[in-house]
Amino acid sequence: MLGIINGEVYDPLNGINAQTQDIWVKEGRIVPPEVVDRERAEIIDAAGLVVMPGGVDIHSHIVGAKVNAGRKFRPEDHRHNVRKRTDLTRSGTGYTVPTTHLLGYRYAEMGYTTVMEAATAPLVARHTHEELEDTPILDKGVFITMGNNHFIMECIRDGELEKARDYVSWLLGASKGYAIKIVNPGGVENWKWGRNVSELNDEIIGFGITPRQIVTALARINKELKLPHMPHLHGINLGRSFSARTTVETIASLEGQPVHLCHLQFFSYGKQKGRLHRSAAAELARAINENPNVTVDVGQIIFGEATTMTSDGPLQHRLHLETGNKWLNKDIENETGGGIVPVLYKRNNPINAVMWRTGLELFLLIDNPWQVFLTTDHPNGGPFFCYPQVIKLLMDRDYRAEMFKGINRQGRKGALLPELDRVYSLYEIAIITRAGTARALGLKNKGHLGAGADADIAIYENLDDREKMFARPRYVLKDGVVVARDGRIVCERPGRTLYVAPPYDPKIEREIRAHFQKSYTVSFDNYPISGDQIHRGEMVPADRNHV
Amino acid sequence: MRSIIENVTCTFCGCLCDDIIVEVEDSKIVRVRRVCTNGRGIFVNHDPTLRKPTVDGREVDWKEAAAETAKILSRADSPLIYGLSSTAVEAQRKAVELADRIGAIIDTTSSVCHGPSGLAMQAVGEATCTLGEVRNRADLLLFWGCNPLVSHLRHFSRYSLMPKGTLFPNGRRDRTVFVIDVRRTASAKSADHFIQVKIDSDFEVLTSLRAMVQGKEIEAETVGGVPKARLQEMAELMKTCRYGVVFFGMGLTMTRAREYNVEELFRLVTELNEYTRFSVIPMRGHGNVAGADQVLTWQSGYPFAVSFARGYPQYGPGEFSAVDLLARGEVDAALILASDPVAHFPRTASRYLERIPTIIIDPMPNLTSQSAAVVFPTACYGVDAAGTSYRMDNVPIRLRPALFSKRPTDEEVLDQIIEEVK
Repeated sequence: MLGIINGEVYDPLNGINAQTQDIWVKEGRIVPPEVVDRERAEIIDAAGLVVMPGGVDIHSHIVGAKVNAGRKFRPEDHRHNVRKRTDLTRSGTGYTVPTTHLLGYRYAEMGYTTVMEAATAPLVARHTHEELEDTPILDKGVFITMGNNHFIMECIRDGELEKARDYVSWLLGASKGYAIKIVNPGGVENWKWGRNVSELNDEIIGFGITPRQIVTALARINKELKLPHMPHLHGINLGRSFSARTTVETIASLEGQPVHLCHLQFFSYGKQKGRLHRSAAAELARAINENPNVTVDVGQIIFGEATTMTSDGPLQHRLHLETGNKWLNKDIENETGGGIVPVLYKRNNPINAVMWRTGLELFLLIDNPWQVFLTTDHPNGGPFFCYPQVIKLLMDRDYRAEMFKGINRQGRKGALLPELDRVYSLYEIAIITRAGTARALGLKNKGHLGAGADADIAIYENLDDREKMFARPRYVLKDGVVVARDGRIVCERPGRTLYVAPPYDPKIEREIRAHFQKSYTVSFDNYPISGDQIHRGEMVPADRNHV
Repeated sequence: MRSIIENVTCTFCGCLCDDIIVEVEDSKIVRVRRVCTNGRGIFVNHDPTLRKPTVDGREVDWKEAAAETAKILSRADSPLIYGLSSTAVEAQRKAVELADRIGAIIDTTSSVCHGPSGLAMQAVGEATCTLGEVRNRADLLLFWGCNPLVSHLRHFSRYSLMPKGTLFPNGRRDRTVFVIDVRRTASAKSADHFIQVKIDSDFEVLTSLRAMVQGKEIEAETVGGVPKARLQEMAELMKTCRYGVVFFGMGLTMTRAREYNVEELFRLVTELNEYTRFSVIPMRGHGNVAGADQVLTWQSGYPFAVSFARGYPQYGPGEFSAVDLLARGEVDAALILASDPVAHFPRTASRYLERIPTIIIDPMPNLTSQSAAVVFPTACYGVDAAGTSYRMDNVPIRLRPALFSKRPTDEEVLDQIIEEVK
């Protein structure tokens, strides 16, 4: 039993904004005060401190085949970024692509307790889960890439959406995934023919269907399956000068069905004279303000080293040709692909300057904080442990103006940013970093401090320097246990893996087996991950009524 | 009663064929189907009897052996953990944890096989794919410095040359196959084109191919013993195929120029992707050597040759690789996990290893266990223990045991050792 007393509480899901309240914890959960024996409870006096639910990251590339390839690929990323082992904790290395233990520690030290791995191919999902076993403290879920899946594309071609729905259910259960992820729908399949897609109505080679059909079919399936999250979409044309237009078209094509658009900054570009893209943050913000069914995370870039890694194979090849940096590519049979290219974001580079301010313009122009979330698309835009810097940019107008002055002049031209006076409040920060993300993910026990919630709590000093404040919480609790104090791990414990297993008609397995015999190089029977192979799994019910 | 277990995985080589059928009677394997002659021994020579661990040849119980191991490792100034490639991921994770806890140097058999491929990947990147993409898409196949008909017996039939698919109704006849090697190998007979390269000339040939792919003129009439016209023809085929894949082996990684050979190959494949689609796959040897790279990387950031001596991982191929450490006498105790370095290392290294206190964890006795101070006879992953292994294309395969083990697994033994050193 534990009590956090006298704290200034920010709990947006329960409408609590800076009220002084006591929070009581029993057996890892938050409980009403009356069930606690106060005499025997351990007390944290949070007078003068800010109390929030633990952070919930909706999109981060933390583990699995792609991330590990990135680690192996970049010894130069690790050499000067090391952490020694202690009696309590393991050693580790890595700045943009940290080792599993170090990643768990750094998230927890920053007050984050739940993180979603943003993209895993089902064929290698087992790898992802094995790394999760070695990722301490955090609760985690895995998004399963389906936007270039042959079985699904064949069903769409043949007009058999029910079959596709049964397959999606089976696949989520077999890979112990949490949500449907779509990456460059059809474009990754076309990349296996050396091509890409650039319009929603482009043809996908060998299937005769379009990106539009994939997105709308999966959105419908997601709704019918009542999955806790919405389809998590990385659309077509990332980084291109017509990405804003096709993203707005994608939103329109969904006709009000729920969708999450990830790292929107990378899709917020329009054409202008010359080689430099124009920020189209205003157009996209308008589309999002008009469509309450849409949530987004920003994918803010951080100046410095980053490692771009996506399932978007053709994009990564283009980045390799444009930067001349080393390139990894991996095509994954019948399912997806992906690539990795290291990059360095520089203040004095006009392209990077536009990217930086576009991200901030999105944050400031999207009216409803429940629709826009803080990410850096780690490690694509920069490392996750720079979130506190982004919070400072959002909360501190002078700091933002100062930073803006320091970026490339050409990149400043025509910028809306200097005119945007909005600053985020602590309440709004709590929404974009935990309450809003937990709600979008459909995690009922996360992101709030009401009775029944998991006792994942972050307690901060209320410092004027918001970067310092959010970088080193005073206390971080996971399941009611203090795991970090003053930015240092004091207790290492394993977290849980959250997954869904919606029902499906078992007859589908016969067809999937036939598909495996025709197209796969692993046995159908060896492909699914059984529940007992996830050591601390927690099945999240698929019962969300998406409206 | 006879029971039949299907979809068993053979852990012998990096192919990890997971369609093996094992028949079991009275807790003994009586018949194995689909397995190749390389892998058969894993099943038919399997010794299921519970054997006790030994300390200096004397049989002891498991706890005592673990305590003795902890004593040896704790007493050492610079302990080495080596092997890992023929055990499951579960045990590999524990091996790296042990190395971290005691500040050991840890290295895998990668350092004597595809380590240079890792270095090349770190330098220039790598365009690769899973074996299913090869089976379903590849119309041009090149085998460079490898001999699958001897080392990976079912590779041709399961993954590369023979399979029929939507794009390949006629299987082998729809694909063009090159074998490039310094001698006419068994595999060369299966190829449409055999290119014989002079010994130690792979780098020149690869560089010339890169130049030709880029449309540059080569002055020499022959390169590495290969006539210019043949290379020109090869470069043209590579640029115009629909999806090409190169497999390569020790012929590139362990001959003169090692990682530079592989870098040149990786660059060639990368550049070909400006014209068509092309991938490259290292022909990994041991069943789970790919998994060893993976686990060491996710726990330390580096794939092999890692020292935890300073309390954090440091990477040093050549400095922290097992052969070099042993040959220079820079370690003073060794824990060998599922490997036989005494049999395979150069003489100076293996002689030194015989002289220092050594612990071995392995299902089978081998040359290393003959001179080891502590021997743990463990269960065999894939035969009588479940676990995960990573195929040469890094696809994880769950191993389905045909038998129940009487012996503890490598993971359990390592767990006990970790408890003892804590």
